[in-house]
Amino acid sequence: MINTLLANANGATFWLPVQASTFAEVHDPLFYFIYWVCVVSFVVVVGVMAYFGVKYKRKQEGERTSGNRGNFALEVGWIAVPSVFLLIIFWWGFQGFVMYQTPPANTLNVRVTADTWSWSFRYPDGTVSSELIVPVDQPVRLTMTSESGSAQGAVIHSLFIPAFRLKRDVLPDRYTVLWFEATREGTYTLFCTEYCGTGHSEMNVPVHVVPSDEFAERLAALDSAPDGMTTAEWGQQLFAQQGCTACHSVDGSRLIGPTMQGLYGSTREFTDGSTRVADENYLRESILEPSALINVGYQNVMPSYAGRLTDGRLDAIIAYIESLAD
Amino acid sequence: MSTAAQTDTAHAAGTNYLNATKGLKSWIFTLDHKRIGIMYLISILLFFLVGGLLALGVRAHLFSPEGATGMSNDTYNQAFTLHGAIMTFLFIVPSIPASIGNFFLPLMLGAKDVAFPKLNLASYHLYFLGALFFIATIVFTGLDTGWTFYAPFSTDRAMNGVILATSGAFILGFSSILTGVNFIVTIHKLRAPGLTWRRLPLFVWSLYATSIIYVLATPVVGITLLLLIIERAFGVGIFDPALGGDPVLFQHFFWFYSHPVVYVMILPAFGVISELVTIHSRKHIFGYNAIAVSSIAIAFIGFLVWGHHMFVSGQSGLSAAVFSFLTFLVAVPTAIKVFSWVATMYKGSIVYNTPMLYTFSFLFLFSIGGLTGLFLGALATDVHLHDTYFVVAHFHYVMMGSVFIGFLGAIHHWWPKMTGRMYNETLGRIACGLVFVGFNVTFFTQFVLGTQGMPRRYATYHEVGDIEPQLLEMFTLLHQISTIGSFIMAAGLFLILFYLLASVFKGDKAPDNPWGGLSLEWATASPPIEHNFEGQPVVRRGPYEFPEIDPMIK
Repeated sequence: MINTLLANANGATFWLPVQASTFAEVHDPLFYFIYWVCVVSFVVVVGVMAYFGVKYKRKQEGERTSGNRGNFALEVGWIAVPSVFLLIIFWWGFQGFVMYQTPPANTLNVRVTADTWSWSFRYPDGTVSSELIVPVDQPVRLTMTSESGSAQGAVIHSLFIPAFRLKRDVLPDRYTVLWFEATREGTYTLFCTEYCGTGHSEMNVPVHVVPSDEFAERLAALDSAPDGMTTAEWGQQLFAQQGCTACHSVDGSRLIGPTMQGLYGSTREFTDGSTRVADENYLRESILEPSALINVGYQNVMPSYAGRLTDGRLDAIIAYIESLAD
Repeated sequence: MSTAAQTDTAHAAGTNYLNATKGLKSWIFTLDHKRIGIMYLISILLFFLVGGLLALGVRAHLFSPEGATGMSNDTYNQAFTLHGAIMTFLFIVPSIPASIGNFFLPLMLGAKDVAFPKLNLASYHLYFLGALFFIATIVFTGLDTGWTFYAPFSTDRAMNGVILATSGAFILGFSSILTGVNFIVTIHKLRAPGLTWRRLPLFVWSLYATSIIYVLATPVVGITLLLLIIERAFGVGIFDPALGGDPVLFQHFFWFYSHPVVYVMILPAFGVISELVTIHSRKHIFGYNAIAVSSIAIAFIGFLVWGHHMFVSGQSGLSAAVFSFLTFLVAVPTAIKVFSWVATMYKGSIVYNTPMLYTFSFLFLFSIGGLTGLFLGALATDVHLHDTYFVVAHFHYVMMGSVFIGFLGAIHHWWPKMTGRMYNETLGRIACGLVFVGFNVTFFTQFVLGTQGMPRRYATYHEVGDIEPQLLEMFTLLHQISTIGSFIMAAGLFLILFYLLASVFKGDKAPDNPWGGLSLEWATASPPIEHNFEGQPVVRRGPYEFPEIDPMIK
């Protein structure tokens, strides 16, 4: 088939991205079954329409047409045949859904928290990451909820990984569960697919599928800068990954929150009338408890990052903000 | 049907519904269903223009990954929200029934007017009032919830326009209910002598099915929006978990209305196609009973499938399975219609005029729109495709490619009757081609965007490049093709606007029955006289008795 010929070694085709989970292996055959049912049905319907359109094109005004008003056998046939295909598609889709709904035993359990507009993934050993890191060939169970670290309420998000063909909504005040088993090492994208406001389209993070023997190492490395990167450079990367850029510019322009350019060392004025010089401790407190002091002219909307950043990461982000001083 | 209706007196006097009375007041307070239909038509098309320009803004922005127009994310979010809200509530829900339906239902029934002319006028005035709320939302506040108003985003975070816009939608709901009640009573009580149920034009059947949904589903969305307003304004916990509410409940309420309303949109277009394909092929409709009954079947099964919008939302697995099954069930009556229209063309005498070209377009685009629904109805594939551009492409193929194309077909088919003028046929065909090509270029690419994983409602997509550069390259290319397509389509639509307006002033006078139709609207003058028919028409046969009776065979 054409699609198989076009398929890359990683399972990607013209229609579908890289195939990287056991669910993708169940999804893709059904996708192509429906696809070919659609292609054939479309060609038949539009083909017959085009044939009639050409064959019975009006040659002269007032030509006599057939008095045909229906054909019972034909009508029964075109109810029966599509119904069979519809039932097959329903049943097949249902089978895949059963797999989606029922996580196996012995999964690696990761707790997922979505906030506007960032993700955090907490591993059994307490490690917290803003990117999803999972070992290959091992079932992973995500227990997900939406929280709000800010004065505004939590909203609905949805966790979507196209390479795994999986998504599930993430709701405030309850848990939803999504499980998968990654089958291919590599880095893929995790999107938010439930509209959640200003930073919705920036709420994407990488999913790293790593060899099982490297998994522990990768988790441990979450707390130090990647090789060849200074602390401030790592801070810059984290600043983007944590979604800070959605509200804080680094070039002096005004977004939802104050710009980071020239912030370090400047004197800040707060809505309670007090002032303070923005030093390391101010930055640390503002990230962990943003509602304590609100800059004049801004809203109390930033979520708290307490419990969502390791100390090493917090230091790196502060180092980056310092590097943006005038 | 009888051609006994004598139009000569009024004809000779040169009066018709357009020139019988004069002045703005004679329009604003008219009880004539034809004038109300025309006012609806103009209003609806104006809002289509507003919604369409917003869509062009959205498409232009997505031309580059960072956003090509320099709109902020908040501005973009407002643009797509207002595009969706205006197109749904102000354009497509009333579209064909309120304009073409209002104008032609009494004519097709051989009646002087609808059953409750004052209610009909009230329905238009409510539409106007609801529209003012939307205009106020645009001018004074802003709305960034998406047209779906999902809680708790809409009750807790979104911009201030939520209460204004939902109040507007609430009022528009009453406009729909009044139209629905009016149509149901009209069809039951005002049919001409001899016009039995099985002699009704299929367009009337489709309006009947539509009206049932208007009356049964709209109150639910009214209640839902009211609850939303109460929660947002007074902090009563209904949907917001922070107040002890349930956000999934909102989705159930919302889709309980909003899925049936999809059929409110599409059924009248089905009715239009049944009319167009018969007259322009000069054939009796293939399987009249099947088409009429399938409209009613779709209206009822349509009430039982709302949960297919929520397969990944956290509803129970059992509900998801039941909703998936019922969704496949509703595909059957829809397929019956498509096959029957194609079969109608068999051994016909098919003319390639503008209305028939729209019929071909409809069958082509609706086949794609309907078939791609199979991917979304199946549970396992919906898990991947839900809330991606695949969904955007699917519902645009159905809503725009089918409903709007059917609407354009209807406008071209009945334009001579409504205005008494013929439009430029050559320009009509060129514009139809432009819209068809532009539409496919715009939306077919979005199927691929969706299957590759592009989520909908994204203001930008540049972040993807940090993770998967090849994916960013593909998204960019597909978005660019789509944007180019949307401007081709816009060119076609502006061309239509131009020649239709020109025809009003300079078009040739239209004959009473330019296409040789057999239903009653063709038995009166073009444009019709104020009271539709000089005498009471009497009906002795069905509306599609080709070729036994054919006004074109001299």
